[in-house]
Amino acid sequence: MAKGRPVFNEDRCKGCQLCTTVCPVDIVHMSERINSRGYYTAEVTDPDKCITCMKCARICPDVVIEILREATKEEK
Amino acid sequence: MKKVFERPKSLTDVPFSYCPGCTHGIAHRLVAEVIDELGIQERTIGIAPVGCSVLCYDFFDVDMQEAAHGRAPAVATGIKRVHPDSIVFSYQGDGDLASIGTAEIVHAANRGEKITVIFINNAIYGMTGGQMAPTTLPGQKTTTSPYGRDTEACGYPIRISEMLSTLDGPAYIARASLHDPQNIVKAKSAIRKAFQAQVDGLGFSLVELLSTCPTNWGMTPVESLKWLEDNMIPRYPLGEYKVIEGVK
Ligand SMILES: Cc1ncc(C[n+]2csc(CCOP(=O)(O)OP(=O)(O)O)c2C)c(N)n1
Ligand code: SF4
Repeated sequence: MAKGRPVFNEDRCKGCQLCTTVCPVDIVHMSERINSRGYYTAEVTDPDKCITCMKCARICPDVVIEILREATKEEK
Repeated sequence: MKKVFERPKSLTDVPFSYCPGCTHGIAHRLVAEVIDELGIQERTIGIAPVGCSVLCYDFFDVDMQEAAHGRAPAVATGIKRVHPDSIVFSYQGDGDLASIGTAEIVHAANRGEKITVIFINNAIYGMTGGQMAPTTLPGQKTTTSPYGRDTEACGYPIRISEMLSTLDGPAYIARASLHDPQNIVKAKSAIRKAFQAQVDGLGFSLVELLSTCPTNWGMTPVESLKWLEDNMIPRYPLGEYKVIEGVK
């Protein structure tokens, strides 16, 4: 699968943890940080392992996550 | 690197007011993505309900109109008939659509109004603190059924999609679920077909989305998705209930 990584807009996270349950390579976890709204936020622990399947972004109820993907050979 | 997933343009920048883990937010995003993909943002008019999504006029970046409780299909009918070139959708919970608004939804569907309805079935009244809805499951505890829904006294859950699909007016009716990424993808394709049916002038379309209310179900968001899958799907089977010729 294509390489890339998720980007979390942490201040929008409500700490619901749904994204942490769907990652097939298990790199989405809860952090120890509390955001400006008082919620513990989710984070990506090892972005290099991301396969850009977009499952975390799809299940996030607050559109916290953007997914970046490296251009494939054909696109370059 | 290229952005392959981002906030759809048909959502404003306002953070959702929903509780942590509430699937209303997923439903909003899917509707906005479909509006973007069909290129209809400029001509879309949404009708907001009464319920937790009462504030969705702040979240969708299209023209919006608030309706009285349950009356969104009637308001949508008026707007669509006066502005036939616009794309009109209502967004309604199960208290709004399946309880106080039952007459409006049945007759709008029966008249084949060329509107699209997004129906959020979370088996409870969320906004008012978790009372029993017509969609509450047998035995499900709510604030007004503290010993569980008693079907002898309160009847059985209403299956709106099946019921409306017996009418001749609707062009497209489907039920999908928001409990995991695969089903969220399927839900989006149903929403897309529903809007496309309206763009093509085919008739009434409705997508029922099985949803969670972690706060009033008294569960964590993660437990809620599992509860939905284990308890709601057997009672509310997923699938397309009405697809007339020409729906794509
Ligand atoms: C005419 C009228 N009757 C009753 C109410 C109280 N009320 C507000 S929201 C609601 C139910 C909302 O439940 P639902 O449609 O399932 O939406 P949810 O909050 O679960 O998203 C009720 C009964 C009202 N606002 N107006
Ligand atoms: S009360 Fe329930 S339906 Fe309403 S925002 Fe909270 S979780 Fe969502």
